[in-house]
Amino acid sequence: MKKSICLYFQVHQPTRLRQYRFFDIGKDSHYYDDYANRTILKRVVEKCYLPMNEALLEAIKKHKGKFRVAFSISGSALEQFDRYTPEVIDSFRELVETGCVELLCETYNHSLSSLVSESEFKFQVEKHKEAIKEHFGVTPKAFRNTELIYSDGIGAMVYKLGFKTMLTEGARHIMGWRSPDYVYSDDICDKLNLLLRNYTLSDDIAFRFDNKGWSEWPLTTEKYAGWLNAADGEIVNLFMDYETFGEHRSADSGIIDFMKYLPDAVLADGSMEFATPSEVVKKHKSVGGLSVPEPISWADEERDTSAWLGNELQQDAFNKLYGLREKLSLLDDAALWEDFGHLSESDHLYYMCTKFFADGEVHKYFNPYDTPFEAFINYMNVLSDYIIRVNEAIAVKP
Amino acid sequence: MFGWEFPPHIAGGLGTACEGIVKGLAHNGVETLFVMPNASGDEDQSATTIINASDVPVANVSNTVDEFLGKVKFLSVDSNIVPYVDPEEYFEAIEKMKREQVNQTTVGFGQKFKFSGKYGANLLEEVSRYAQVGGTIAMQYADRFDVIHAHDWLTYLAGIAAKELTGKPLVVHVHATSYDRGSEDMIDTRVLAIETRGMMAADRVVTVSDLTRNIVINRYGIDPAKVVTVHNAVDFSGRENIEVEKGVKEKVVTFLGRITFQKGPEYFIEAAAKVLKRTKNVRFVMAGSGDMMNRAIRQVARLGISDRFHFTGFLRGMDVQKMFALSDVYIMPSVSEPFGISPLEAMRTGVPSIISKQSGAAEVLKYALKVDFWDVDALADDIYALITYPALASFAEKEGYDEVNNLKWNNATAKLKKVYESLI
Repeated sequence: MKKSICLYFQVHQPTRLRQYRFFDIGKDSHYYDDYANRTILKRVVEKCYLPMNEALLEAIKKHKGKFRVAFSISGSALEQFDRYTPEVIDSFRELVETGCVELLCETYNHSLSSLVSESEFKFQVEKHKEAIKEHFGVTPKAFRNTELIYSDGIGAMVYKLGFKTMLTEGARHIMGWRSPDYVYSDDICDKLNLLLRNYTLSDDIAFRFDNKGWSEWPLTTEKYAGWLNAADGEIVNLFMDYETFGEHRSADSGIIDFMKYLPDAVLADGSMEFATPSEVVKKHKSVGGLSVPEPISWADEERDTSAWLGNELQQDAFNKLYGLREKLSLLDDAALWEDFGHLSESDHLYYMCTKFFADGEVHKYFNPYDTPFEAFINYMNVLSDYIIRVNEAIAVKP
Repeated sequence: MFGWEFPPHIAGGLGTACEGIVKGLAHNGVETLFVMPNASGDEDQSATTIINASDVPVANVSNTVDEFLGKVKFLSVDSNIVPYVDPEEYFEAIEKMKREQVNQTTVGFGQKFKFSGKYGANLLEEVSRYAQVGGTIAMQYADRFDVIHAHDWLTYLAGIAAKELTGKPLVVHVHATSYDRGSEDMIDTRVLAIETRGMMAADRVVTVSDLTRNIVINRYGIDPAKVVTVHNAVDFSGRENIEVEKGVKEKVVTFLGRITFQKGPEYFIEAAAKVLKRTKNVRFVMAGSGDMMNRAIRQVARLGISDRFHFTGFLRGMDVQKMFALSDVYIMPSVSEPFGISPLEAMRTGVPSIISKQSGAAEVLKYALKVDFWDVDALADDIYALITYPALASFAEKEGYDEVNNLKWNNATAKLKKVYESLI
């Protein structure tokens, strides 16, 4: 049997908050930095989304259906595309129409709802499913949770929502001696297939590609295809942020061309093929169950949720937001629901992370605030206004 | 009179106090010459004559310069000291100074020093240069003054130089001491040495409160007979109360100031958590910044009250007035406060205040509620009472307003005039 190479790219843009001061609480309920959101999006579109889509489309056409990839596009990102750069939607649509691209489902707002609220999780998953259907005319079959967060409990919820395949991290502390390069299944509900990220091979592209101090630099497609071939499992799951290409790593490093020509090298000797997540689980059977009692993710050395909920600031902000969910469920106010979604984006908590060492560099790159404390203050000011609005809406409810 | 700053360009409260003092003295018929390191030219000179030390060449009488070097020990130390300044202002000052690259000048004949007049990296160096220029100025104007008055340690060396060169009596005015600025083990001994030297050399030491007077006597070992308290006042003339629309329905309890050890921010937070257990009709605001800010934010998050406890960061200009206008109760829980002008500002805006007994202001304010800074239960009780019992709040508001309007520099400086008269 041919070895399957499964490529999945995450597309997400946070809804960044404007500087929201104490003086604004109770007076101004526009929370977002529209200018930053638009300019950052336009930059990423120009440097990454459009050129990369074009490169992938070219590769797909060239290989006549043999090059296949998957995307997950968050609802927050879709909203920004609709508003500022609708041409990106067209470009993704063109990719989907080739039949070689699978779209995955996730929480609409790239949230951490799976950790705290089943009802909110379900709501966001359904909302995302509909948004994908509406934009691209396809219904997603496989699921990837925010930041690849997974636990046995989350797996059960995902299965209940009708998914047969879920993507997560091949975290070392979970895998032990086992290789991520096989299909696994949920320990409790064995009908849910798990695809695990091969973090070494994924990070060779996502993090090390342009590092001139790396002993393997420069990385060529032939060398990399050789590594894929040498991996001893049945599949290799390469999961990464789409923004890696052209945004996190500049196009000057050759990273877009690398991905454009990688299929040539992978398909050259006929021992490997590309497959999307739903195709992988049809071709390869699960080799066993994985027990994951505590949530894992693809972030940082710890591969847990500490990047978002590791300190008391993050926990307090998180608890305060989800503490409102029950009240919100009594309300039929579209604006309040929409703001809740935006405030639930995991990015806001990520900005409050105080793990400055080791992974701090990565955090800094993604952070619009100078300090986690500023991020916290700003978020709480916004949330305080939001809480007032929810309480007022409850008070006038007939 | 030697000062360090004068409105409109001020970083701390010292400049404002100096303006009140020269105006009050003028009212009492005392003429002043106000020397400052770096005047901008837009200072209000209706009550005083401002002498800009940056414009004055060092005297070219050779033996005098040698005397200078003998009498005023020349300090050349690279050090970052912040006496009163908020961190933002401080960093701005440093950055500005880096940009401007204040030229290194050495003592020479007929040379002018360029002072930044800020509280920057080369503060100690500026202080000692200021002393040399101050001595020169004192000699030039020797026939125009009777008493030398130096405000805070920054100007003490200038005061000493002036006294030694002219033989006229010296008054040093203690607005703050090293013991207020940091906890015991963090005191800058170089500053302490200058303070002690100034107080020792002075004929009279004026303190802004009895609290500070006790520190001067007990910590610096100064003869009680020559230490006089003249409480600060505040000039509200020309101040309009601004109208602000309040966005939140709940009562707002405010702390406004540097978030540092000295100001007791953690007691405010603990009291806030206690009050929130009893009533939800309240929000707390900590306005300002400082080296304990991040710790304060953590404390608030740990207590789980961050939806009711807000941080504004450093407030400038009108935002300060706005903050007072939005407040229902003002808190100053200082661990040690020589005087503390902020509750006066709050009360003038009609905001009832709770202040610590460890503040100089507590000695003059009858209509502020007073608690020991460490007694968070008492603080919580008082906050709860002020936001829950309208009779108490309106009483404190009305009486407090009248009280602070009667704290006039004219009265304070009449006392100062008596100090001068006792010396000539």
